[in-house]
Amino acid sequence: MIRAVIVMNTQGKPRLLKFYEFQPPEKQQELTRSVFAGQGALLSGRPDNVSNFVEADAIFGPVIFSSLLFVSFVAEITKKKKQEEFKEGTRLVYKHLATLYFVFVFDSCENELAMLDLIQVLVETLDRCFKNVCELDIVFNFNKMHTILDEIIFGGQVLETSSERVLKAVEEISRLEKSSSSVSFVPKSVSGRFGR
Amino acid sequence: MEQLKTIGRELAIGSHGGWGQSKEFLDLVKSIGEARSKAEEDRIILREVESLRRRIAEPDVPRRKMKEYIIRLVYAEMLGHDASFGYIHAVKMTHDDALPLKRTGYLAVTLFLSEDHDLIILIVNTIQKDLRSDNYLVVCAALAAVCKLINEETIPAVLPQVVDLLAHPKEAVRRKAVMALHRFYQRSPASVSHLRLCDNDPGVMGATLCPLFDLISADVNSYKDLVISFVGILKQVAERRLPKTYDYHQMAAPFIQIKLLKILALLGSGDKQASGHMYNVLGDIFRKCEQSSNIGNAVLYESICCVSSIYPNAKLLEAAAEATSNDSHNLKYMGVDALGRLIRINPDIAEEHQLAVIDCLEDPDDTLKRKTFELLYKMTKPTNVEVIVDRMIEYMINISDNHYKTEIASRCVELAEQFAPTNEWFIRTMNKVFEHAGDLVNVRVAHNLMRLIAEGFGEDDEGAESQLRSSAVDSYLRILGEPKLPSLFLQVICWVLGEYGTADGKYPAAYIIGKLCDVTEALLCDDTVKAYAISAIMKICAFEISEGRKVEMLPECQSLIDELSTSHSTDLQQRAYELQALLCLESQAVESVMPLDASCEDIEIDKNLTFLKDFVQQSIENGARPYIPESERSGTSNVSNFKSQYQHEASSHMLRFEAYELPRPSPAHVIPQVSVPTPIADFFPVPETTYNSETSQASKLSSVADASSAAHGIKLHLDGVQRRWGRPTYSSSSGPSSTTSTEKTTNGVTHIDGVGSQSRDKLNESRRQQPEVSAEKQKLAASLFGGSAGKTEKKATSTQRAPKGNTRNAERPGVSRSVSPETSKEKAAPSVPDLLDLGEPNPTSTTIVDPFKQLEGLVGPTPVPSPLDNSVKTSGLETPDLMAAVYTDLPPSGSSSGSLTSTTRDMHSADKTSNTATSEPSIKKGPFPQDSLRKDARARQVGVTPTRNNPNLFKDLLG
Repeated sequence: MIRAVIVMNTQGKPRLLKFYEFQPPEKQQELTRSVFAGQGALLSGRPDNVSNFVEADAIFGPVIFSSLLFVSFVAEITKKKKQEEFKEGTRLVYKHLATLYFVFVFDSCENELAMLDLIQVLVETLDRCFKNVCELDIVFNFNKMHTILDEIIFGGQVLETSSERVLKAVEEISRLEKSSSSVSFVPKSVSGRFGR
Repeated sequence: MEQLKTIGRELAIGSHGGWGQSKEFLDLVKSIGEARSKAEEDRIILREVESLRRRIAEPDVPRRKMKEYIIRLVYAEMLGHDASFGYIHAVKMTHDDALPLKRTGYLAVTLFLSEDHDLIILIVNTIQKDLRSDNYLVVCAALAAVCKLINEETIPAVLPQVVDLLAHPKEAVRRKAVMALHRFYQRSPASVSHLRLCDNDPGVMGATLCPLFDLISADVNSYKDLVISFVGILKQVAERRLPKTYDYHQMAAPFIQIKLLKILALLGSGDKQASGHMYNVLGDIFRKCEQSSNIGNAVLYESICCVSSIYPNAKLLEAAAEATSNDSHNLKYMGVDALGRLIRINPDIAEEHQLAVIDCLEDPDDTLKRKTFELLYKMTKPTNVEVIVDRMIEYMINISDNHYKTEIASRCVELAEQFAPTNEWFIRTMNKVFEHAGDLVNVRVAHNLMRLIAEGFGEDDEGAESQLRSSAVDSYLRILGEPKLPSLFLQVICWVLGEYGTADGKYPAAYIIGKLCDVTEALLCDDTVKAYAISAIMKICAFEISEGRKVEMLPECQSLIDELSTSHSTDLQQRAYELQALLCLESQAVESVMPLDASCEDIEIDKNLTFLKDFVQQSIENGARPYIPESERSGTSNVSNFKSQYQHEASSHMLRFEAYELPRPSPAHVIPQVSVPTPIADFFPVPETTYNSETSQASKLSSVADASSAAHGIKLHLDGVQRRWGRPTYSSSSGPSSTTSTEKTTNGVTHIDGVGSQSRDKLNESRRQQPEVSAEKQKLAASLFGGSAGKTEKKATSTQRAPKGNTRNAERPGVSRSVSPETSKEKAAPSVPDLLDLGEPNPTSTTIVDPFKQLEGLVGPTPVPSPLDNSVKTSGLETPDLMAAVYTDLPPSGSSSGSLTSTTRDMHSADKTSNTATSEPSIKKGPFPQDSLRKDARARQVGVTPTRNNPNLFKDLLG
């Protein structure tokens, strides 16, 4: 499964953080920092013409809840085996576009090349959504960004890979949001008053 | 920076454009962008957080304002600042009826809270309500929250609603509901039994594959009968029978293909029959795969993985090997990985690509290098081990990543142990590994090395063995000159020098002792190394004495003994005193205490202490009381009992329901401790003895009832706990000290060596077992490869890895299997019509195959209304075609049927139009030059520096 999506700029400032397994804010910062400039200078230290994959076991460690909880009630011994298995294979794929790094962190159940294309889907969608997207769009509309991301990845699994359909869903959401807010905004506040 | 500042000022004056956010937020982002240092940025955000804290608590915040505050809080938290004061407001916002507010609330909550947060309890109710909402967006938002926030305990509260959503008319909702169920399964496998694998919509079917993958990887065997269905689906997908909307870059539903291939790899591993079904479709995929696009390669790679993990088929392997050779630029990584998988089965494949592999090794890309080392690790043979390990070590020395360093070091060790051509090379290699990564490797590795030096490589040739040892001693004496050796390496050195330093007579004892003293004087020397060093000195002295030579004490050695005998560590003290005592003994005694080269001899421990019989007899004759075993004793207790009682009470707060026992009269005088005095305890000070007897006397004074009940309680519950505190059943120090003393007399080495010898024994044992295992492996390999005998052991082991998952699962007695069928049976009982589906025992035998139908039948009753079932059934009977089902099926409600097909048609047309749009990106981009320029200007204003020549972020995206 996908464990995290990180978007940050070339100075290592986070622009969007989404962790699919809970991490406290400090931990999120720490992980982001070490992705950007961790041991062996991760993203910031990589030249342009190298592969987009990095093994990230050292940073992210084993999968915390998903499979371990399950295994724990099967048997102690297999648990240990499993644990070791999961320690291996946390990888990240990144894409460097202009001033931004798009980083997907995922475990051994996903295919690197496919993840690379998923980044492509995300970026394409953003580009269509904001028309020539740039860092600022992402900074100011990061709630919209979350909406888009939620249409692509859901609970750590790939939900949709067609940027048209993502776009359609997002547009529908904003349309409905607008209509519902214009309809319900005033009456609700009034009725709320009277309700009390 | 200067430029930034001026632009920033401009922005402050100018308008902020239509970003849909308030000016304040804009200003915040801008000022953060301008911040020169982390500290400045922190200050700005702290100010922001403070003002938010104040304003959010004001009594009558307009709701729209509140929404913005929440978003600003999310932003602050993203930058690493605590926003916990706002959590409750985010929770409140989820209660709101207005969709934008509700969605914002859910977004904030999913980002803020963990699944175990206290506030979750306030949200569960809202989620329950929202899951039943008419508005599908509300449902989706709630499902997103479900995925993130529901933990094991709250699953039952929302499970029914989520399951109901599986029949939701909207495809997107069904898909998300499946994902949510998957999440539930990950948290608590027992709670979910509803995974419904059949759906008219390929998207939902694709989503279902994710949980299915988990289920299958947990328990392969119970899903074997699904192989044909999966193959069927994959075939349909690969033949492009899915709607065009699922295409991605001219590939048909690549993500579904990838998931399916992964599942097939699991199902087919080590199973000839299952694999047989797959060969055809895999061959198709290989043929059709286009390697021009990224995603095409992803599918190709996945199918290679699949081919390499299922029961091997020569033709497919050939195709796969061909596929790997077409690697280009960025795909080398995957190519190397694929190669690594293939050579498990056929090591010759890699040889064709030798040059490419070497290129990868020279590549500046670190990731690629590591992957290549992984490949090399897999293809190591006795013939190439030297080159590969040397390369690995060279790389290891130059990296700073401790995590990977550890890994590569252990790999070097493993390879060296497995394939070492000569002993000298082995020792040289190990030295290098220890020198550069000594603190990172496992202690076990060090023990292994010591064992190898002690025992040789298993050959009986005494000469070779002693040659190995003396070469080791030589190299260690040389290495000792270097500064900053890792502790573990020093331990090995000390041990070897102690055992074999003087064995070949090349070096005088005084020289070795001097070196050992130097070791202890080094700056970084820790207690363990000191202990090893002094034991080594002791051994050398002992050998000298037993040879009949006089040992003259070097001054530095004497000072070392003096220093250690006043050390804080009792272990070091003991060793120092032991050495002093040993020096005073006569040669015969010394020889039996420390026999020469006895580290490999097994130590027999006489647990019954028969050699003390005479002594005991004599004592009894002199009037001492006979020993009473603990089981027959009551009323006494000792420190460890008390301790473990506390332990128990602290660890488990269980209530005890049984009544207290009546106090039992205890024997008036029980002093078991002193009845068997230990002979060795006299000259080795064992402080615990006195301590123990003191406390036990004290305990006699304490209330008898207490003591007996305590002792009783322990006997009832506490075996496990007691064992944690060392030797459980000895009531006094007489037991332990005498056993260790027997060890001492036979072995002549103290505790650590004692432990070491135990582990050594274990290693011996495992070594002895190895031939059996490898025979087994060979058998397995033979069965895998159709009885080809000329395989090396390495190959056998590596091929054995493939079916490992299989066998491991077989060991598990169907626990996970019981999860779904059992619960599904329960559910099946009330709903009669579904029984037919359940009772379908062998779907593979049916001639007409509808994959979805089969999936449904297997996984159990679906909460779908039966009309759908029927329609699926009929369609399944008519045609095995998935797509036909999609188009001809009447969905349950009937009312939405038209809309469904029409939406798909809509999508078709939309797809077409957008296809044309994508194909001409330049046209699309054309009309917006001013737009992008404006954006660029703004970007500069806010402190973001875009690339110099092109303001468009994604110039390389579509061009």
